[in-house]
Amino acid sequence: MSFLTYLKDGISLGSVYAIIALGYTMVYGIAKMLNFAHGDVIMVGAYVVLMMITRAGLHPLLAVLIAMAACTVLGMTIEMVAYRPLRKAGSPLAVLITAIGVSYLLQNIALLMFGADGKTFINVVSLPSLSLFDGGLVISGTTIVTILANIIIMICLTLFVKKTKQGRAMQAVSEDRDAAQLMGINVNGTISLTFAIGSALAAIAGVLLCSAYPVVTPYTGAMPGIKAFVAAVFGGIGSIPGAMLGGILLGVIEILGRAYISSQVADAIVFGVLIIVLLVKPSGLFGKNVQEKV
Amino acid sequence: MAILDVNKLSISFGGLHAVDGFTVSIEKGELYGLIGPNGAGKTTVFNLLTGVYKPTEGIVRLDGQDITGKNTIEINRAGIARTFQNIRLFKDMPVLDNVKTGFHNRYRYSTLTGILRLPRMHQVENTLNERSMEILKVFGLDKEADVLAGNLPYGKQRKLEIARALATEPKLLLLDEPAAGMNPNETSELMDTIRFVRDHFDMTILLIEHDMKLVSGICEKLSVLNFGRLLAQGETAEVLSNPEVIAAYLGQ
Repeated sequence: MSFLTYLKDGISLGSVYAIIALGYTMVYGIAKMLNFAHGDVIMVGAYVVLMMITRAGLHPLLAVLIAMAACTVLGMTIEMVAYRPLRKAGSPLAVLITAIGVSYLLQNIALLMFGADGKTFINVVSLPSLSLFDGGLVISGTTIVTILANIIIMICLTLFVKKTKQGRAMQAVSEDRDAAQLMGINVNGTISLTFAIGSALAAIAGVLLCSAYPVVTPYTGAMPGIKAFVAAVFGGIGSIPGAMLGGILLGVIEILGRAYISSQVADAIVFGVLIIVLLVKPSGLFGKNVQEKV
Repeated sequence: MAILDVNKLSISFGGLHAVDGFTVSIEKGELYGLIGPNGAGKTTVFNLLTGVYKPTEGIVRLDGQDITGKNTIEINRAGIARTFQNIRLFKDMPVLDNVKTGFHNRYRYSTLTGILRLPRMHQVENTLNERSMEILKVFGLDKEADVLAGNLPYGKQRKLEIARALATEPKLLLLDEPAAGMNPNETSELMDTIRFVRDHFDMTILLIEHDMKLVSGICEKLSVLNFGRLLAQGETAEVLSNPEVIAAYLGQ
């Protein structure tokens, strides 16, 4: 039974990675940049929820909605202030370094505001746990909500991208920015929307992550952010189903590695997976093979 | 009144006058050709008309409205659509979605409506489907609506690009070398398509082309560019028999 328990924990953690990876993969697919500050938006989301519940005494669900709104505004602001001016002028490297800068900025603002000590997170999920196999496998309410949230988000996002006008604009900008613009699509607006959606999802991921591992520090988002990035590359960066599968696989690998091999090298295993994927299939599981034109 | 009225349009890149004093007036429903040797500045004219480049000098009026120096989105909304020399379809999107993308500025609903999948979204999307299918039918592409655009044969990709441009509901359609890479059969089919588009959609068309058979076959008037300057302008037959034009093409 312990294997099933580990598997369940892996899928649960992986679902959080998957939700974070969506933000990476969408921004990469549409804006062609790696937003390394994405992980820290998760941390901001978690702090906002915590403050809203403990200081303002709001209902958890309302707190989550406020955190999503706050992260959406944050994501759009970061894009507008830090990345947009560099998009035309700079090299991709300039944007990448700026993203790392924004990441440190967010961490340090949080450090200033909340201090370095971890704050205990309040579990916002008030669902009873599910007991299977005569108590052999107990699935907590948080795990159920996490997995369900992942599935719902994935379906909604796929429908949005494939079946709406704004989603088509995203695909068009992703494929050929100039041609999209000449069809009357607002490229800056579309990229901004991508950041908005990614950041709102990051808030959800923050809440789910901190409900399962109930401590928030200014660095809470950093490691899951990097791992979600690995998950996005694993699944094929730019691909929505890739992010989902990559995230879940990575979560399972991490938990099983921690359980059966060593908890100290679990992270090394995760990044080892990245190296192997890059060696064997550089475009990831669902990635397209890009042929260089000569 | 002229649909497109261009007066002394110029642009320089550094010291290079890529286009210098380009003037043209195109009447509604006209099929107008823009020709000239390689590097004469033809595509640059298209980029100026569509707002990709901002002119250093000159005025562009579309249907009486001054559109000089406006950005691509404003110009698209004002009513100029184009195709590209090297086809630039959204290859990973289905044929139908390519055309629907063309309607982007003509039908609106908010992002929230899209995320929440409200009735208004379904209503607009249904209208878009119907209107896009109508256009696809005209081009005989309705059977391939669900095929990825990149998987269409070359000639059909050209047609789809024209269909997508028409979906933006333009007053003026710019075609950049529509016959590039086509064999004589495909070219003559394309000529029929272009004529048909003009008649069926009551469209004004300005096209860049190297294929003289196509140019002399369908264009009513021509402008000839050479080194960014106008070399000749007028009725097609007249322009093509102009000794200076012949010299420019033969490189004398």
